[in-house]
Amino acid sequence: MKQSAGMAGSKLGRFSIYTFLTAITALSIFPFYWMFVIGSNTTASINKFPPALSPGSRFIENLGKVFDTVDFGRAIINSFIVSTTATLCVLFFCSLAGFAFAKLEFKGRHFLFAFLVGTMMVPSQLGLIPSYMIISSLGWLDTLKAVIIPGIANAFGIFWMRQYIASSIPNELLEAGRIDGCSNFRLYWNITVPAVRPGFATLGIITFMGSWNDFLWPLVVLKDRSVHTIQIALKNLSGAYYQDYSMILAGTVLATLPILLIFLLFSKQFISGLTEGAVK
Amino acid sequence: MIGASTKKKFNQRMRDQLSAYLYIAPFFILFAVFGFFPMIFTAWVSLHKWSILGTKTFTGFQNYKFILEDPYFWKSLYNTFSIWYISTLPQLFCALILAFLLNQSLMKGKEFFRISVFLPNITSVVAVAIIFGAIFGQHYGLINYALSFIGIDPIDFKSSVLGTHLAISSMVMWRWTGYNAIIYLAGLQSIPNDLYEASTIDGASKSQQFFFITIPLLRPMIIFTIILSTIGGMQIFAEPLMFSGTGGGSQGQGLTLTLLLYEEAFARQAFGYASAIAWMLFFIIVVFSLINLFITRRLQSAE
Repeated sequence: MKQSAGMAGSKLGRFSIYTFLTAITALSIFPFYWMFVIGSNTTASINKFPPALSPGSRFIENLGKVFDTVDFGRAIINSFIVSTTATLCVLFFCSLAGFAFAKLEFKGRHFLFAFLVGTMMVPSQLGLIPSYMIISSLGWLDTLKAVIIPGIANAFGIFWMRQYIASSIPNELLEAGRIDGCSNFRLYWNITVPAVRPGFATLGIITFMGSWNDFLWPLVVLKDRSVHTIQIALKNLSGAYYQDYSMILAGTVLATLPILLIFLLFSKQFISGLTEGAVK
Repeated sequence: MIGASTKKKFNQRMRDQLSAYLYIAPFFILFAVFGFFPMIFTAWVSLHKWSILGTKTFTGFQNYKFILEDPYFWKSLYNTFSIWYISTLPQLFCALILAFLLNQSLMKGKEFFRISVFLPNITSVVAVAIIFGAIFGQHYGLINYALSFIGIDPIDFKSSVLGTHLAISSMVMWRWTGYNAIIYLAGLQSIPNDLYEASTIDGASKSQQFFFITIPLLRPMIIFTIILSTIGGMQIFAEPLMFSGTGGGSQGQGLTLTLLLYEEAFARQAFGYASAIAWMLFFIIVVFSLINLFITRRLQSAE
């Protein structure tokens, strides 16, 4: 009780806390608001002093120009295909491996897990050029496979799922399943998977966002317009018509909207999952 | 009877081993192909003059010698560190305060504040770069509009070195402060309340509690975020490419190490030289992470 008596207790203290938090919140949200302000006005109304500071009515019109300039529809579909496939694969392969590391006894378990954690420290740029050569010699350049396949399992996801499974599935439950004659895969599929849904939610959102927002690797392996993802399309949009800010920002709104909706839908679960996962 | 049961147990052990290797195989195969092999092969390529068509001549450590003589390399190294420094220190400091305040027991609307400070992290770097590019625009940018109220003439952020670094750093700060605050918040929540209660009884002030309980117990989280921002900061790419354009602008004011690597490899097709840059980048990240780790550890023993 006494703890609340200090800074947070006094009226002045509370007032300054809320002021600070509100200021940070405003700074966090303002760019989103401003992106929509520009995206829904004409470029002319932005390019004057004072600039327009409230949303206009030309959002749909600006979007129309976006679709005339680059194949935004195709890019959104591509991004959905890539992100959804990558997310489903990551959830499956990472939880399967996480299950093995958490619940199965095998030779080299500790070493392999330490090795796996170590691989997280290697920056992806280091292998950029040979990875490009491999994709090129497989004939995968300009196919969505090139961005999906290398990402279907990753060290972070396995680490995450291992921690989650180790702490949330009691060994007795699996023993009971064994006595009933379950195979290892059934122990994973019928007992583990249903019990770790919250872990899936957080990892799923992280993976989907990472995949949706990925830039360098798609830029390197997806040259043809027909396979561009949304981020590449956005870059081209901003490069081609640099001055038409309204159109560019309208496109940016559209590219951000899906991820924003998904995040807001799961935000409560996501933030608590993230804070729990961080201390495990 | 006993024999049968040991046999059964033995079978189970064999089965566990087999399934475990099978379950972890996808990651290790993938890592071998797209992680380990490329890493080693980069070193091999870096010892050659290697063109995109596959013609190659062995040149030993020539590429590394060229790098050390290349003014663009030194420029990109300076830019990368300058941007890292300007963005990381205020960002982590701000995140720490933010987490501390979000953790106050009397706070109302916790959920709302947490979600809104995290929001910037979900946007793509391309989107962030576009939005901030507009905010930092020379003629009609919002920053210059705000500055006009206090009588400062419009600043051409894009053409100056410091202006470019400030603009890029602000993108990084905007995107990552909330994320780091959430990580710190997780650490704060795991500190048992008894510690605070006991020290209050002993007469410790709030700021003493912050420096002698909160900071030391938060150290693993602080190390984690510093390492993460070191690795991320050394690899910064999309922001400078979007803000300064090809080559990092007219005087290379936005040229970072990864941008240099990308352009040498995929614009100039100098795979050998670019691979040598990749290894230099890796080397710099490792050394710099170790230095940061060392400094953070020192802070701990200083208390």
